[in-house]
Amino acid sequence: MLDKVLFYFFAAIAVGSAVLMVTRRNVVHGAIFLITALLATAGIFLQLRAEFLFIVQIILYVGGIMVLFVFVIMLVNLDVALQQIQFARQKWVALLVALALAGQVGLMFWSSGKMPGQGLPVLTASAVSSLPPNSETVAHSLFESYLLPFEIASVLLLVAMIGAVVMAKKRT
Amino acid sequence: MLPIGHYLFLSLALFIIGVIGVVTRRNVIVVLMSIELILNAVNINLVAFSRLYGDVAGQVFALFIIADAAAEAAVALGIIIAFFRNRETVLEDEMDLLKW
Repeated sequence: MLDKVLFYFFAAIAVGSAVLMVTRRNVVHGAIFLITALLATAGIFLQLRAEFLFIVQIILYVGGIMVLFVFVIMLVNLDVALQQIQFARQKWVALLVALALAGQVGLMFWSSGKMPGQGLPVLTASAVSSLPPNSETVAHSLFESYLLPFEIASVLLLVAMIGAVVMAKKRT
Repeated sequence: MLPIGHYLFLSLALFIIGVIGVVTRRNVIVVLMSIELILNAVNINLVAFSRLYGDVAGQVFALFIIADAAAEAAVALGIIIAFFRNRETVLEDEMDLLKW
């Protein structure tokens, strides 16, 4: 019951603020709404007992990436941009893409004749103390099975850092 | 946890909203934020299935996606700053230097 309440609470916040993020004219408001959507997603991670990702989502996404976004929004001149039309004349393309995606999902339901996941086992809520410690299992998986992808990801971050510095620095 | 369909529908809704944002908005920063939303929707799927099967690999993949999103945001925002310095615009349909 509590699971259900938490899920619908966070899902409503996530979807609502995502819609507002796409439709607001002001980019700063959009960034704030994206932050609330990401925080609501973090809540859903917690509801799924993924505590480590919950913390990573808050610290890295909201604390790192979104601060970067807000910073860049401050750097580029917003007053000029606000006077201009914010929406491209591509409403029909958007409608088409959304309908195509929804149609694919609908076709999937129609052809399988059941809801997704129906028949799959549903985990009953077990006591928190009986679950394995989340950060520990993630660390074991990350540093044993996925060590090479982890190192590649760190190289990718290094490349991105150098690239961002080179892109953003003044030409002399 | 709830049946997996709930999470799949939430993820689908966020994904479609993100796609609509990418297609309809002119401001490049908002387009980038919509892409972050799409990546986030994928993460919900991965974590939900990781919980369903009791296998932590899905959460590790979600971590990689978050690292990817950080790298992408850093490079893209660097490009936006460089472009804004040259052309004084952040609207994507005015970025037509390669068009003839």
